[in-house]
Amino acid sequence: MNKIWLVIKREYLTRVRNKTFLLSTFLFPIIIVAFIIGSTLLAIKTRNKVKIAVVNDPGFLQKNLESDSSSVIFEYPTDVNSSNYESKGYIGLLKVNSDTAREKYVIESKKSLSIETMSYVERQMKKAIEYNMLQEKNIERKILDSISTASEKAAQITNQLDTGKEANNKLPYIIGFGCGIIIYITMFVFGAMVMRGVMEEKTSRIAEVIVSSVKPFQLMMGKILGIAAVGLTQLLLWIVFLMILVNIIPLFVSAETLEQFQQVQEAQQQLPGGSNNTVALEMLKATNTLVNEVNWPLIITCFLFYFLGGYLFYASLFAAVGSAVNEDPQEAQSLMLPIMMPIVFGFIILSTSIENPDSPMAFWGSMIPFTSPIVMMGRIAKGVPEVVPWWQLFLSMGLLILGFIFTTWLAGKIYRTGILMYGKKATWKEMIKWVRRS
Amino acid sequence: MSLLEVQNLKKYFATQKAVDDISFKVSKGSIFGLLGPNGAGKTTLIRMITGIFYPDEGQVIFDGKKFDPVNDVVHIGYMPEERGLYKKMKIGEQAVYLAQLKGLKKNEAMAKIKEWFVKFEMQSWWSKKVEDLSKGMSQKLQFVTTVLHEPKLIILDEPFSGLDPVNSNLIKDEIFKLAQKGSTILFSTHRMEQVEEICDHIILINKGQKILDGTVKGVKHQYKENLFSIGFEEIPASLNANPPFEMVGTKDHLYVVKIKEGFRPNDVLNYFLQQGAKIVSFNEMLPSLSDIFIKLVEGTPLTRQFQAITV
Repeated sequence: MNKIWLVIKREYLTRVRNKTFLLSTFLFPIIIVAFIIGSTLLAIKTRNKVKIAVVNDPGFLQKNLESDSSSVIFEYPTDVNSSNYESKGYIGLLKVNSDTAREKYVIESKKSLSIETMSYVERQMKKAIEYNMLQEKNIERKILDSISTASEKAAQITNQLDTGKEANNKLPYIIGFGCGIIIYITMFVFGAMVMRGVMEEKTSRIAEVIVSSVKPFQLMMGKILGIAAVGLTQLLLWIVFLMILVNIIPLFVSAETLEQFQQVQEAQQQLPGGSNNTVALEMLKATNTLVNEVNWPLIITCFLFYFLGGYLFYASLFAAVGSAVNEDPQEAQSLMLPIMMPIVFGFIILSTSIENPDSPMAFWGSMIPFTSPIVMMGRIAKGVPEVVPWWQLFLSMGLLILGFIFTTWLAGKIYRTGILMYGKKATWKEMIKWVRRS
Repeated sequence: MSLLEVQNLKKYFATQKAVDDISFKVSKGSIFGLLGPNGAGKTTLIRMITGIFYPDEGQVIFDGKKFDPVNDVVHIGYMPEERGLYKKMKIGEQAVYLAQLKGLKKNEAMAKIKEWFVKFEMQSWWSKKVEDLSKGMSQKLQFVTTVLHEPKLIILDEPFSGLDPVNSNLIKDEIFKLAQKGSTILFSTHRMEQVEEICDHIILINKGQKILDGTVKGVKHQYKENLFSIGFEEIPASLNANPPFEMVGTKDHLYVVKIKEGFRPNDVLNYFLQQGAKIVSFNEMLPSLSDIFIKLVEGTPLTRQFQAITV
């Protein structure tokens, strides 16, 4: 036991003292936050007010087109045409080509207009045309306005739960997906770290010296646990650091910017891929809502459990692969494939089960230890015990524990033989033989 | 009193009988040579003695008791043929770490390391990294980490490879000193001149089996061919009839002769004295270990062939 502790200590200290560790620990959150916030802020800053001149109005446009003072303004000058709209300060010239059989609306412009501008114009045109046709059927503008005011209430629909609480549909999605992704990434990062560590010991031939003092299994477990401690340290520092950033940033961002943020986000939701900024918005919208509406103690406990469980499940397999290959990283690649496939598969199940947490796919994905660390996090965020009954959670956890005991036992046998084998890399078939023989 | 006793040790791999029924005893405080050509099974044998491998059959008796891999490894220091150290780790920390794995307390380890570093003039290395060291330097470091915890049994696999003569001698002297202090040294090599110089007792293994066992002197006598070299002031012009020897060769003022069966060295001397030859020297020519080694190992294929094993 004392020896495992020594190995853990060495693995931990040599890694934590490393410059790349410090760099990645502090730079990673900054980069992530800067990227999310920056891209949204950039969207606000680059959103210029543009003026569009409407000419050749068949009569209904001026009545029905709504300008947005912060983005697109429609004006109806009489002295503007194709040759001079730019010098008059308009970015585009909207006109109706009625020379063809069907009416066709055209915006002339020097440069292509932004997607955002185009989609705004599109929506306004659609509304104007609809209004125009309704007005032709003698429906008054007043009635139309009251319809649109009334229908806007649909946007404020809420999902009331039987418990009386109001369901937050977006937040669990973000949390579940976020936790799943973090576990997915860290499994690769720290798994690969274990594998490289084993390969280093094997190729530098220190392994033989060490195993003459400690058992190979102790060496392997020491490495795995030491790197787990590194992973937890890094995760913890990230969380603390992110919390600080999230709390600090709103202080520097004015309420006005926040407002604009919301607008940008709403505008972008109409576009494909526009929902990315939801995260940024939630982060900026103070942390109060985040703290109150989510069962954080449960989420954090489960996250730590599945992070560690998933890591332990795969790390020993990565160690086995590391012990079976020599210097060449190429060799490791082909052996890693069968290990990486289920992890990637877990991620795919996560993205479907986060929409349908009750589907059989989601259920089995969150039970089988190969994918459960990733998939279960996506389901837990949706609510325990509303979506995931307690028995499912405990069964999944139990299976994961059995799973990593099994993989560690299996990997230990492969590792013991592999670490002292030089020459050509072993195949999976040979490794199974090692397990049987030892 | 033997410190280490190996009894009928066997280890079969999928394609080879790596160690096939080997037994020997190593007495306390001796320097024991484990010889054999490449691939003879030396490393496998050593790995079983150090507890890295479990033998398929047979057992190892260490210090009077059955070898217990968990507790006895702290009494063994093993320097493998393939040297290995953590390249990115500082030398001082690395030595402390390896010593701690052998059960030394941190302070104890530090003090001993400093002592050895002074002895080998390595004081300035403490916070260097292994990757900054030359091959010979890391060899010395490896030796220090092997013997630091004053093990009862020190196993050295090719300890002099890569060392210049000065450092070779330095380590050789330390090996003698350690043996005098009571450590037992198991020394594996195929450099025969070093074996003659250092070892008390040797065994030779080939193809997983022990083919020779004895003291260096005993082995040489066992394999002597009754060759003598006789130096003359002047080579005799001709030989009388019926000499008690056969001529093997002549060189300058030397004859190399092989005594015929039933004769003794005195008969040879008498023979030449009767001829009136002026003898300057008369020496028995014992075979070198190298000769014995080649003689015993020759004829077997140079590299071991793979064979299917059915157990």
